[in-house]
Amino acid sequence: MSGQVVVVTSGKGGVGKTTVVANIGTGLALSGQKVVLVDADIGLRNLDVVMGLENRILYDIVDVVEGRTEVRKALIRDKRVEGLSLLPASQTRDKTAVTEEQMKCLCDSLKEEFDYVLIDCPAGIEQGFQNAVAGADGAIIVSIPEVSALRDADKVVGLLEGAGLTDPYLVVNRIRMDMVRRGDMLDVSDMTDILGRQVRLLGIVPDDQSIIVSTNRGEPAVLDPKSRAGQAFRNIVRRLLGEEVEFMDLNEGGLVARLMKLVGLAK
Amino acid sequence: MLDFIGRLFGRVDQGSSSIAKKRLQLVLVQDRTNMSPEVLEDLKTELIGVLSRYLEIDEVGMSVELDRSDDSIALVASIPVKSVRARSVQTDSLKSARVGE
Repeated sequence: MSGQVVVVTSGKGGVGKTTVVANIGTGLALSGQKVVLVDADIGLRNLDVVMGLENRILYDIVDVVEGRTEVRKALIRDKRVEGLSLLPASQTRDKTAVTEEQMKCLCDSLKEEFDYVLIDCPAGIEQGFQNAVAGADGAIIVSIPEVSALRDADKVVGLLEGAGLTDPYLVVNRIRMDMVRRGDMLDVSDMTDILGRQVRLLGIVPDDQSIIVSTNRGEPAVLDPKSRAGQAFRNIVRRLLGEEVEFMDLNEGGLVARLMKLVGLAK
Repeated sequence: MLDFIGRLFGRVDQGSSSIAKKRLQLVLVQDRTNMSPEVLEDLKTELIGVLSRYLEIDEVGMSVELDRSDDSIALVASIPVKSVRARSVQTDSLKSARVGE
């Protein structure tokens, strides 16, 4: 079996890469795929806490590439979802602890066993980025509707192309439709216009308080049937698996709900 | 809804997203065409090579820069000419070849 290695990257930090990795990965596993999440953000390990698996770490990615343990033993199986594993980053080392060559080797061996290898890339475009993309077959760029994030996303598109990763997917994160309607937030069409034909829109995730709650608990929002962001991630997963899914209507409720909100009958 | 009422009363100010879009477009035009100093130096050297076949130029006084204004980019070169060279044999033969076609 040969799975796909997909790197999730953004250039700018704080746009939600780790959350996107956790939710897409969990969602893919819920759909019956065998998935491993690889935290390539060495020194700033976070995917473990977002996944709620921080108390089960024995070995990390650096232990694996330096031969102190087998990959198998370093993988943490998520007991909530069948077929989902995590390979944590090291918290005590830095971005030079893994080379591009080692990363390629690791990805090649992981995709023998998993359908999807999702790599959580560190912010920035330095060595950590180069390492994270080294073994990837495809890329997902995460951005938010802000000038700085989009500028970095555009830069990353060029760098990915240089690394042989063309036509990356785009996930627009944290959009607020109330602000878009007011004309105070870039809309998805503005974002795809600006980034051009070089990106393929994979999904639109609303700014949703349930993400904070789910991160507090260490349970990806995709597991919560009531979460709107979770729904957006479930749609993203179906698109990744080749289904045609319409982009969800992000206007909170219909006109009636908005009217009720206006007269104070709903919050 | 409030926006709608606002619009009814003639409030037509544009939101900040259109400003964001414009600024982003401009900054990306610059980013995407950012030429490294080495590449610009190579360009300059090759330009000198071509120009020198026709003109004697003052290499020290010449400047080649990418000028960015608004949403467009121009290559601006200032090249002082010392004298116009007599036509070289090479270009003459090229010309006659073309005439002969």
